[in-house]
Amino acid sequence: MRLVVGQGSCGVAAGAGKTYAAIKALMNENDTFELGSTGCIGMCFLEPIIDVYEGDELVKRLVHVTEDHAAAIVDAVRAGELDRISNLFISDDDASFLEQQTRIALRNCGIIDPTDIGSYKARDGYKALEKVLKTMTPEEVIEEIKVSGLAGRGGAGFPTWFKWNAARQSKGEEKYLICNADEGDPGAFMDRAVIESDPHTLIEGMLIGAYAIGASEAIVYVRAEYPLAIINLNNAISQARAEGIIGKNIMGTDFSCEFRYMAGAGAFVCGEETALIESLEGKRGMPRLKPPFPAAAGYKMKPSNINNVETFANVAWIILNGGDKFAAMGTETSKGTKVFALTGKIKRGGLVEIPMGQTLRHVIFDIGGGIRDDKKIKAVQMGGPSGGCIPEHLLDTVIDYKALGATGAIMGSGGMVVMNEDTCMVGMAKFFLDFTSKESCGKCVHCRIGTKRMLEVLTRIVEGNGREGDVELLEELCISIKDGALCGLGQTAPNPVLTTIRYFRDEYDAHIREKRCPAGECRDLLTFTIDADKCKGCTLCARNCPAAAITGQVKTPHVIDNEKCIKCGQCIKNCKFGAVQVM
Amino acid sequence: MCECSCKDEKMLTLDETLEKCGHDAGNLITILQSAQEIYGYLPAEIIYYVAAQTGISPARVMGVATFYSQFRLEPVGKYLIMLCKGTACHVNGAGVIETAICDELGIKDGQTTEDGLFSLKTVACLGCCSLSPVMMINDEAYGSLTPNKAVAILNDYRSREEGGAEA
Repeated sequence: MRLVVGQGSCGVAAGAGKTYAAIKALMNENDTFELGSTGCIGMCFLEPIIDVYEGDELVKRLVHVTEDHAAAIVDAVRAGELDRISNLFISDDDASFLEQQTRIALRNCGIIDPTDIGSYKARDGYKALEKVLKTMTPEEVIEEIKVSGLAGRGGAGFPTWFKWNAARQSKGEEKYLICNADEGDPGAFMDRAVIESDPHTLIEGMLIGAYAIGASEAIVYVRAEYPLAIINLNNAISQARAEGIIGKNIMGTDFSCEFRYMAGAGAFVCGEETALIESLEGKRGMPRLKPPFPAAAGYKMKPSNINNVETFANVAWIILNGGDKFAAMGTETSKGTKVFALTGKIKRGGLVEIPMGQTLRHVIFDIGGGIRDDKKIKAVQMGGPSGGCIPEHLLDTVIDYKALGATGAIMGSGGMVVMNEDTCMVGMAKFFLDFTSKESCGKCVHCRIGTKRMLEVLTRIVEGNGREGDVELLEELCISIKDGALCGLGQTAPNPVLTTIRYFRDEYDAHIREKRCPAGECRDLLTFTIDADKCKGCTLCARNCPAAAITGQVKTPHVIDNEKCIKCGQCIKNCKFGAVQVM
Repeated sequence: MCECSCKDEKMLTLDETLEKCGHDAGNLITILQSAQEIYGYLPAEIIYYVAAQTGISPARVMGVATFYSQFRLEPVGKYLIMLCKGTACHVNGAGVIETAICDELGIKDGQTTEDGLFSLKTVACLGCCSLSPVMMINDEAYGSLTPNKAVAILNDYRSREEGGAEA
């Protein structure tokens, strides 16, 4: 029997490291079971998770396992009576989160040991690379990717084969293949999960790409905020090199390719491919004018090709299973599967990989289990700062580049943040503009100053100082930024504002005309009071008030000092009598 | 750095990185990351030193150092609180967590407490969205925060610190 602890970043943050250590400490030399690690299974809402294997078969999944459960688990495993810890078994309902998925990019995540190349090879690892190097020409590889219909998973959805072909056709001996692992969209973490949990699949996909375009070096530009991903990637590169999979004459063939990574230093704009190239060259990450496109003159002005992590994670599977099998999934315009990071006010948050063509409603309600606390869904945000908010009445939209684009949002890299009735949509727009105005690289005037002005307008609206005509002013600024910015990030920066105006104009109007926040979130527009008739004087609110703003004697009605009140809402959550009111 | 011409240990470590990076301006970001790891921040004299060693102007090095959010031009406290303000954390109340931390420590985003114990930095996304709101103190992540929980965690660090001082 083998116990495997999920130790991706989410698992560790939830305490998986302590659980692992506690079990390890209890084990002795007489124990016949083993303890191992894996990456992220993607069921973040159940972390820490332990999978129990009998041989290669998963016999039980234990969830919410803390260090306090270690002794009971070890006892049960030693006795061979897992039913003793049935309180930790995953429920059928929660298990359906994974059962409803089709995993290609995430096929190994949470199953293999990411620190062991043997574990990857045991699941057909590097067989696709071998097939490519020994039996296929670069043109045949590009053709297979073309058949698959694989499109860039970073957000734009550009056909992968087209970029590969352009780089292949570019003249020059020295070419580069680059992976964009600078997952900057706040709310998306699938790329981190792939690198942490299955780094070899990225290496294999990149080497296949390098062979296809004729690159002599492959480089991963990885986000510095992902320390575990960097450690696992670094380790995987060393192992692959030791086995002759990286370097000269890979697998005994004529193909040679070097492989390295560089840690980014924190700049959202580096997700734009020409900005990323500037950063790779040690400069400020500011986008270049296109053309020339990277395929002609990219890194060091040599032909380069850049794809996202998830794109590469699909490549080995496509080569082994055939492009047509990949293309059989999805819709007319969007093939294969897509990974989403489902978060926000959702019951079951985590990584969801499904074939394109399913509806948003299916993802949120059937897989994600619906809204936490059984509140009402208001919207789902897709595509991060470049995307938009899709309202409840459009949740039957299918997941497809075109269909999502028609709503004003985008497919994006896969962030899917669910919002309920308590989320203020004007506040949401302000949140994103705050982000883009800070992250604007400053090259283009419209983006640099326009986002600042938009942020100022949005700020005064949420503070209750909005003016008649502000919405129209925002719209005008949106258009000028869309027209006046050089890069994709600048051009899409207005999307969160445009979509919230389009679908939630009434919320803007309520803030501006009535100085009221319908969601009850904009703090400057709220006043907290305690209804003396309902208050029993239980003191719970006063004891839990972080600002010490509530006073009152036991069993007498309490009072909130509005000078001190930080409007955090803790009192509402704590009050069992519904005495706290917000106006 | 000391006044004499000899090089201290930190400088020698930085020299190793410079050597490994071939004194190449193309590796400037990696060099600065290494310098920051050694010194805890990027002191002005190091900016000049790196510029001289890589053959580019100090202004360009400074340009890079100020462009990326990872780089700091001032020292940070013993415990660096990275408070996530990503989308999921925002939706789940990162704003009130920030207020609670700021009130508790008497500092704003980007500042350090007078005793040099805590620095607060808000970051775009730590990638632990399902545990939102999240903060990370040095390398330890804390999820599902409430204002009270966040303050309790800070107090834990404080009492550990005081306990350490007594011992």
